[in-house]
Amino acid sequence: LALSMSIFSDVPQAPPVAVFKLTADFREDSHPQKVNLGVGAYRTDDCLPWVLPVVKKVERLIVEDDSLNHEYLPILGLPEFRSASSKVALGDDSAAIQENRVGGVQALGGTGALRIGAEFLRRWYNGVNNTATPVYVSAPTWENHNSVFADAGFKDIRPYHYWDAAKRGLDITGLLDDLETAPERSIFVLHACAHNPTGTDPNQEEWKKIAEIMKRRNLFVFFDSAYQGFASGSLDKDAWAIRYFVSEGFELFVAQSFSKNFGLYNERVGNLTVVAHDNENLTRILSQMEKIVRTTWSNPPSQGARIVSKTLNCPELFAEWKGNVKTMADRVLLMRDQLKAKLQGLGTPGTWDHITQQIGMFSFTGLNPKQVEFMIKERHVYLMASGRINMCGLTSKNIDYVAQSIHEAVTKVQ
Amino acid sequence: VNLICSLLLLSWWGGVQMGPPDPILGVSEAFKKDSNPKKMNLGVGAYRDDQGKPFVLSCVRKAEAIISAKQLDKEYLGIGGLAEFTKCCAQLALGNDNEVLKSGRSITVQTISGTGSLRIGGNFLSRFHAGPRDVYLPKPSWGNHTPIFRDAGMQLKAYRYYDPSTCGFDFKGALDDISKIPEQSVIMLHACAHNPTGVDPRPEQWKEISDLVKKRNLLVFFDMAYQGFASGDIDRDAWAVRYFIEQGHNILLSQSFAKNMGLYGERVGGFTVVCGDVDEAKRVESQLKILIRPIYSNPPMNGARIASTILSTPDLRSLWLEEVHGMANRIIKMREQLVAGLQKEGSTHNWQHVIDQIGMFCFTGLKPDQVERLTKEFSVYMTKDGRISMAGVTSGNVGYLAHGIHAVTK
Repeated sequence: LALSMSIFSDVPQAPPVAVFKLTADFREDSHPQKVNLGVGAYRTDDCLPWVLPVVKKVERLIVEDDSLNHEYLPILGLPEFRSASSKVALGDDSAAIQENRVGGVQALGGTGALRIGAEFLRRWYNGVNNTATPVYVSAPTWENHNSVFADAGFKDIRPYHYWDAAKRGLDITGLLDDLETAPERSIFVLHACAHNPTGTDPNQEEWKKIAEIMKRRNLFVFFDSAYQGFASGSLDKDAWAIRYFVSEGFELFVAQSFSKNFGLYNERVGNLTVVAHDNENLTRILSQMEKIVRTTWSNPPSQGARIVSKTLNCPELFAEWKGNVKTMADRVLLMRDQLKAKLQGLGTPGTWDHITQQIGMFSFTGLNPKQVEFMIKERHVYLMASGRINMCGLTSKNIDYVAQSIHEAVTKVQ
Repeated sequence: VNLICSLLLLSWWGGVQMGPPDPILGVSEAFKKDSNPKKMNLGVGAYRDDQGKPFVLSCVRKAEAIISAKQLDKEYLGIGGLAEFTKCCAQLALGNDNEVLKSGRSITVQTISGTGSLRIGGNFLSRFHAGPRDVYLPKPSWGNHTPIFRDAGMQLKAYRYYDPSTCGFDFKGALDDISKIPEQSVIMLHACAHNPTGVDPRPEQWKEISDLVKKRNLLVFFDMAYQGFASGDIDRDAWAVRYFIEQGHNILLSQSFAKNMGLYGERVGGFTVVCGDVDEAKRVESQLKILIRPIYSNPPMNGARIASTILSTPDLRSLWLEEVHGMANRIIKMREQLVAGLQKEGSTHNWQHVIDQIGMFCFTGLKPDQVERLTKEFSVYMTKDGRISMAGVTSGNVGYLAHGIHAVTK
């Protein structure tokens, strides 16, 4: 049996995705005090995954409902899910929704929503198939942003100033400057709230300045909204930037994820909200979105969308969900308070205000790569090379050990 | 300022054309709007029971109950999906004892049903295949194959397959065309229950195809969306796939569990690459992950969990095999009844192909104008190419269908 020379013998080994490698290394570590501050998934104070009580309730309802089947969803997804999702982002009283110029494309998580949006933009924005349109992503950003837009065909992906390492905050001057100098019609990926990985968001005044320049310079607004509700505990507060931009008349995209705020990570629930100038444009846009979806996954998975849809569309369940979200957000806020207090108590050099000023799941600690290596190798505390920690990985049981570890990293390693 | 204001009044999207409705799914849309009580939807390939209702398999309900009781968490799957699922998925296609699985020289990733699998495959070929950019599809093929591979960056060509004069397999034409395909090109083969024609090669024909494909040094990409659903026997339906592997083809394989487990909306599928050795399989796996991550990061859990529970729990697996056999049998019976009905109507045409064809679809041989009449006058909805989904035929409506087909063809 002579097997011919493989067609794929030249395929190189690709590097593993960093954040998943970190978790893999963590799993193999046998140190009793190991802590995983890597992957962005919520953990309880017992460091366990948490299936939201409202999700358990709704899942039971679904399993017990014999009238439900497993038929295909429409290409654009479950209609009740799409409308409820867009409403969550834009608000109950959204004029744009009332004007019938808002549509949704159910997608596989926030990633799927970003990809469908990116594919659409590459085909239809700023001309036809204009792969040269610059796409700006924040420096730093979620690393998958680059790949999503690159694989969608965009050739020119650039950073915009965002994180100021020296002052451990937002480099608003640099950001606004990039907006002023970007080629007109460039696409900007904005984090709606709880910026990943820095946890640093513009305040309202800063958002207003950003919007003013983007409008004046014809820049395209693409919001990534993966943490609505999770950041401050309030859905409305976390959607303020999106709603402001919509009220300013922008046509924009919002890639929504329900992975974190519903804890539905592995069911891949997301929605691309499209805000268009009018219904006629919206209709044409959605018809082209269908074509993109049809060659990517044909139609989206139903389980997660059903859970979210049932919850959002039922007042009692919706209220219960908001409570569950607040529980998660509050625990994160508590850990932030405590970590800062402990570092200050230890007299760890530097200021640690950024830990409580930052918002959402992540904190950009400011630890440098050498210090990060120390944390992992010597202290078995796993975090990203960027110094990003997942606050959800902190618990009342491990916070002292983590604080002590950071203290040692800062004092022993330059 | 006025210019800026007026620019703002314009949409970004003025140049976006209205996309044409999907030819297959568009049929269902039109069907829904029809108020004729006798209407029949023979468009989409989704199985219906003899009452015309969607069928949730008992093995699926049982698996769901088991899973529900386990109260599992919802943590992200790996990029390649649920390990228990990908293992079962590969074993189902290749057979438990397959040398390929024992040696570890293949990689299977969980995908978003068959479409997602084909797209990943297309993207992989586009990025890594050193040979020509052409994917050769049988003529005709599933309508979505072309745009999937095109969007993945490949080009499409065709080889003869369906013979309209016999409503059967154009074996000579296929061999003739395949013999001319440039080396290292990709050839797509439907493993069983060819969509849309229902026409499959016989085993001895598959053997000749395999020899010729080997001689031409072509890369084989199997699309297997109907394992178990075609003949009712999962091993029989996978015969061609297993034969080709045995013959030394290192194939690409797309699998779907939409039809054979009725898990349509859960989006359960797999993509397999049979490699030269374990090292190559690992390298290929790493690159598949790099492709998948910027599309949807990692696949959905629910359907894969159901499928793997069924496949790995002996009594559920037996129940599944029975149910899939039952679905295939009902289809076969409807084929027989349709032909009997046509004969009863007095049709003088030869309808043997309706019985000879296999799987969910039947290529009736109806011409577009006849299809249009069937839809307009009888509210029978099907795709323009004359394809009907036998799954939409019941003992209650097969007579009406025979009447309608006879009316437009006599």
